[in-house]
Parts: sequence; structure tokens; C-alpha cells
Amino acid sequence: MTTIRIPTPLRPYTSGQAEIAVSGENVGAVLADLTTRHPNLKQHLYNEAGELRAFVNIFLNEEDIRHVRGVETPVQEKDRLMIVPSIAGG
Amino acid sequence: MLSIHPQALRALQSHGEAAYPNEGAGLLLGRAADGHKTVEDILPLDNQWGAEEQYHRYLITPQDMLRAETEAARRGLDVVGIFHSHPDHPAEPSGFDRDWALPWYSYVITSLQQGRAIVSRSWRLREDRSQFDEEEIET
Repeated sequence: MTTIRIPTPLRPYTSGQAEIAVSGENVGAVLADLTTRHPNLKQHLYNEAGELRAFVNIFLNEEDIRHVRGVETPVQEKDRLMIVPSIAGG
Repeated sequence: MLSIHPQALRALQSHGEAAYPNEGAGLLLGRAADGHKTVEDILPLDNQWGAEEQYHRYLITPQDMLRAETEAARRGLDVVGIFHSHPDHPAEPSGFDRDWALPWYSYVITSLQQGRAIVSRSWRLREDRSQFDEEEIET
């Protein structure tokens, strides 16, 4: 299992859990497992087209997955994932 | 209900005035319990949106968020919300604000008119993301 850290505003959708053990061979599979376990998270992570929302950043061991292979980035059991929002507005 | 120490409220308004005519933004640090948040301090940040559009856009990068979360945790606090300014516009969220917003956070918007802070109002996104609701600010 891999650990994923949930930011404060999304913890109401994980029963208050800050860290969750999830499984999957890559980031996309891990996120799919996460949203299967906590379905109410889905609308805040993905847009209507099923893509990660622009403000959702996934860090794998403190590296942005966009700089690796995106959701195809492989995940090992000892890895640590973090969901970190970027904040924007107008 | 969002409680803000008067000094923190004045500080976030001053940050907006300093950024005028561009938007200024930062984070609210404090504590949350039973739906009530108390802002104990603010963390002013540089607007990371491209310079030519800062007059109507702001951005706080995930790297800044990581640093802020670390700083808040070191002080026994949480990031409980975001503040930003609306130069020469009302203190109400725009459609763009909604597209980027997360539930739970408090979004404090300060309206500036000709460079001076006029009013600050706080908003929270509905869980279905359909709209913001205003929350009362207590100083």
C-alpha cells in the first residue's frame, strides 16, 4: 500500500482522515482507488471531462508528477503521495 | 462565522492596497472547530500569475502552499482560508473564483476603490460547487 496525504479542505470527504493507505501501480490507479474508497472526493479532484482539475497537484515524494509522467507515473509501495492545491482566482 | 483579529484584517487589506492596481493575495492561518474558524495571522504572498494579467488574476503556487502548510504546522495552526483583493470591483467572488475554489476554505475578498480598501467579505464554496455563500466576519 502507498500513503496519500489529503489537504485540510478535502478531509471532510475522507471522514477526517489526513493520510490514507491506497493501492495502484501508477498515480492514476492510486487516485482511482482513493475515489472508490471515498466517492465524494471525485467531484473536487476531477472536472466534468474526467481530467484532474487545474488546481489539483499531485506530488510523489515531493516531486510534481507533471514533471515525471503525469498520472502514468509508476508508484512503489514505500512512496508517499500528497495532494496539494494551487490557489487562484480573479 | 469567521473570526479575524482586527490587526490581521487590517494587514490583509494593506497587502491589497500595496498590490493595487493588481490583485494581492495570501493565506489565512488559524484554527477551525465546529464550523467556526479563527484567523490568528495572515501570510501575505507574491502573486505568481503572469504580470500582465495580475490586475484581474492571482495565483498561489503549490510550492508556496507546501511552504505555508509547513509554516502553519510549525506554529500549531492550519491554513484555514485565502484572501485576495478586487481592485475597483465589489468584494464578491467571480465565476473564475468559483472555478478554482475548494470547499471548506474561507475566501476573504477585499474591494479596493482607487487604491483604498473599502470592505472585506468572506465566502465559502458550496459542496456541490454550484455557488458561494457569504459567511459573517467577526473582528
